Amino acid sequence: MLMRMIRTVQLGLKSLLLHKLRSGLTMLGIVFGVFSVIAMLAIGEGASNQAQKQIVALGATNIIVRSIKPIEGSTQDASSGGSTRYGLLRSDLRRLQNTIPEVVSAVPIRELLREARHLKYTMQSRLVGCTPEYQDLNQLKIHKGRFLSDADRQTRANVVVLAHEVAKKLFPVEDPLDNQTIQVGDVFYSVIGVTEPRTASAAIGGSLSAQEFDKDLYIPIETFRSRIGDIVSTPKQAGMDTEHVELNQITLEVRDVKDVIRTAEVVRGTLEKFHPAKDFNVVVPLELLKQAEQLRQIFNVVLGSIAAISLVVGGIGIMNIMLATVTERTREIGIRRALGARRRDIIEQFLTETVVLSGSGGVLGIALGLATPLAFTLIRDFTLRFVLDGGDLSDTSKMFQEMQPVVAIWSLPLAFGISVGIGILFGLYPAQAAAKLDPIEALRHE
Amino acid sequence: MKLAAQVIDLQKHYDLGPVVVKALRGVSIDFPEGDFVAIMGSSGSGKSTLLNLLGGLDRPTLGKYILGGLDVSQMSDTQLSNVRNQRIGFIFQSYNLITQYTVLENIELPLHYRPGHPSVSAADRKRCEEMAIRVGLGQRMDHRPFQLSGGQQQRVAIARAMMNEPEIILADEATGNLDSVTSTEIMTLLRNLNDEGRTIIMVTHEPDIAMWAKRQIVMRDGVVFKEIKNEVRTTAPTAFAESSDKAFVEHELGNKPAGEGKH
Repeated sequence: MLMRMIRTVQLGLKSLLLHKLRSGLTMLGIVFGVFSVIAMLAIGEGASNQAQKQIVALGATNIIVRSIKPIEGSTQDASSGGSTRYGLLRSDLRRLQNTIPEVVSAVPIRELLREARHLKYTMQSRLVGCTPEYQDLNQLKIHKGRFLSDADRQTRANVVVLAHEVAKKLFPVEDPLDNQTIQVGDVFYSVIGVTEPRTASAAIGGSLSAQEFDKDLYIPIETFRSRIGDIVSTPKQAGMDTEHVELNQITLEVRDVKDVIRTAEVVRGTLEKFHPAKDFNVVVPLELLKQAEQLRQIFNVVLGSIAAISLVVGGIGIMNIMLATVTERTREIGIRRALGARRRDIIEQFLTETVVLSGSGGVLGIALGLATPLAFTLIRDFTLRFVLDGGDLSDTSKMFQEMQPVVAIWSLPLAFGISVGIGILFGLYPAQAAAKLDPIEALRHE
Repeated sequence: MKLAAQVIDLQKHYDLGPVVVKALRGVSIDFPEGDFVAIMGSSGSGKSTLLNLLGGLDRPTLGKYILGGLDVSQMSDTQLSNVRNQRIGFIFQSYNLITQYTVLENIELPLHYRPGHPSVSAADRKRCEEMAIRVGLGQRMDHRPFQLSGGQQQRVAIARAMMNEPEIILADEATGNLDSVTSTEIMTLLRNLNDEGRTIIMVTHEPDIAMWAKRQIVMRDGVVFKEIKNEVRTTAPTAFAESSDKAFVEHELGNKPAGEGKH
């Protein structure tokens, strides 16, 4: 049986080699089809890896609760005198910490966009009031100095930890830790540490954009409260825009990953009682991860289908050539039939030829597909250097810049299987046409 | 005497819509083992139809065809294929070799379609080589058909027809494309096979060639018109004597007449 299969394949190879150019051109259709399947899936896989990395950066055991500003005029709190009051309260923090046993830690965050200054250097940055736990929660690494401590909180010290980019901008020459201070608003803070660069994490509801950590200034949340307070006014076209916010975010850490989704429900329920205006939003990175996984699957199916179209086109090309071959080799078919070949033998012969053709195309396509990441990198570098001319990049193209296609191992046997399947599918009709020929007519064929 | 093949009241009708053409209208012939028959007749006499039926390439509309004691007239396509492979050896006017195969591979071809598809063994290969030597192609086993003369190609076809030890050998105008000298060579080869006991049925319209057989059956209008027993059979010496001296001399000098390919 095996010997016979080898023999049939040899036979197929032999007659394909008889028309090298024709076979080669026919094969190209499948080569590119398989290549595009693998490449599309690799790019899709790369993009989702990128997204997943960003979501994982938010922490899988975390639940993030953020304050959101209600639509203008919907909630005016009379007690705060015309200012907009919304968002999470310090009482919420205590409540969540004390009533939900699954919650291991709760980190409050207060944040504001502010200009930081050192000598003539300024930078628009995010002033973050937080606690020492913030560092672990966001996987921040200290480059120099130290992060905030509990002592800083208790003493409401005017100390600041600079994010990588801020340090670079404000202290282009000097060492930021060399007894330096920076000014934010009318308050001076002494620099106690600098963080290492960290990739941005995914955008979450209630925040403006993807969370970039490199433009942050970290101060103790108690310092924030006493130096800046809950009420912040910013000049607007007509008068002042005053907001009263106690906390911008509470990040909760749950003990076990499997409790995350359920705990998030409890958190939502607890808060809803005290916030009828729904001025908060609960984000569960784990849910985002699941959504991203679904998105990835949809992505793969869509990209895969597009690539599959080229495979079908390749298959039609093969069918066309095989039909021509059958006509051309009618006499050979007649001879084989006269010598005792059954219909099945003829079908086998032509089907093998088609499958050998499409299968070899599949192998070549896989070889090309494996080169996708390299080709992608080359094309991207070329585009960045010559087409975009090194100009400023939006967030989207930054993602493109950092993305790396990943050839999915499972796509290789899949692509090969599909190419063989295409051979069978599109080879069956020509093979049957060959087998159906009347031997007498076939022998008479010139 | 044991019969190699036998047709009984064989009829073949072709339904062409408005008319039904009766190509064979009741043919009964016995072919004893070791027979050498020439089937003669003008075109349209039904001799080609008869040959197709004898070769198992087609099924009769009515009547019986017994081959080696087996009724093959109503067999399925697959069964007929096996019959063609095992019991019939074909020799065609235009040789019908597979052009991309070597002499040896062409001779080997029927072995691949044996019932049950046993793989071709080393012993089988040896037999192919012996067969090639036997038909005088020992030096040309690796040549391809286009490198051979017509006579040599027909020798390959004869070797191929012999591979599965068939009940009958069917030759369809086997010498039709060959000059008289090469024809004589091919007929000598067939005669030798017949002398060894092989049953040969050949279709020809050349009376000279028909004289090599033991008997002639003349077809006309789909029936056997008459049967002639060849009292004096042609053999190689008589054939050479009868063929034109000019052709013989040219052949001997290696100066081929038209129609004969390169050697």
